[in-house]
Amino acid sequence: MELFDIAFFVFAFITVVSAFIVVFSKSVIYSAFSLLFTFFGVAALYVLLHADFIAVTQVLIYVGGILVLMLFGVMLTNKIVNVELKTGTLHTIPALLLVSVVAGTLGGLFYSTWKGDVAPPPPPFESTTKTLGEMLMTSYLLPFEIASVLLLVALMGAAMFARRRTKT
Amino acid sequence: METFFAEFIRWLPKVGLSHFLIVSAILFALGIYGISTRRNAIMVLMGVELVLNAANINFVAFSRYGGVNFDGQVAAIFVIILAAAEAAVALAIVLNIYQRFQTVNVDEISTMKE
Repeated sequence: MELFDIAFFVFAFITVVSAFIVVFSKSVIYSAFSLLFTFFGVAALYVLLHADFIAVTQVLIYVGGILVLMLFGVMLTNKIVNVELKTGTLHTIPALLLVSVVAGTLGGLFYSTWKGDVAPPPPPFESTTKTLGEMLMTSYLLPFEIASVLLLVALMGAAMFARRRTKT
Repeated sequence: METFFAEFIRWLPKVGLSHFLIVSAILFALGIYGISTRRNAIMVLMGVELVLNAANINFVAFSRYGGVNFDGQVAAIFVIILAAAEAAVALAIVLNIYQRFQTVNVDEISTMKE
């Protein structure tokens, strides 16, 4: 079990530090690339939680899809001559207050419900893909179909919306 | 040196549900901070992604430790699906805003049309 603990702390450290860089870095490109490490760290946490299918999905969709989309957005919304790609910050003090309230509430909640003992001994690791697939096809069939229609509508709408309009 | 590492490893606490929850709380707070302070709209989207990831860690952690068996993982899958749809639509909106206003700074876009 000790290897599990060490792995958890390493990946949690990577995740949190790169999330700090995402939020506090001045450069948009630096933020986008450290978001990559955040997503990989979260995927590693999923592996530690015995959720292998979710971890693979996280890498495929977040890193392969959403992050690339973000980079496209960065590239398309900055002029080429605008080299530095800097981004400023707004009303930092109210945001700090809000975040400290949120983090204090969450931390207090977790601290007050802290269980000193750890989880029951884990069952032997087995792949979750089969179970998840069966659940998606039986008890979660309706949300699954709704999600597929929603993805279709959202992607078609996004493609239509982002198309350059001709002058009419 | 070896004894130092051994001591350090012994000093580390056993990892349980709370540790995952705390990591996700840190990610959530950072995401909120990013959403509310960044000027660039794409950075705001990155903050939203951080918040969604934090929620997902909670779902999966409770499915592992909290007795919510595979339902938590199915919820995490749906969150990932919605995040993909949200990112696509939001990027399209940002591109449209850029074409119209020549900027993506959220504080300079205060009108619904030109």
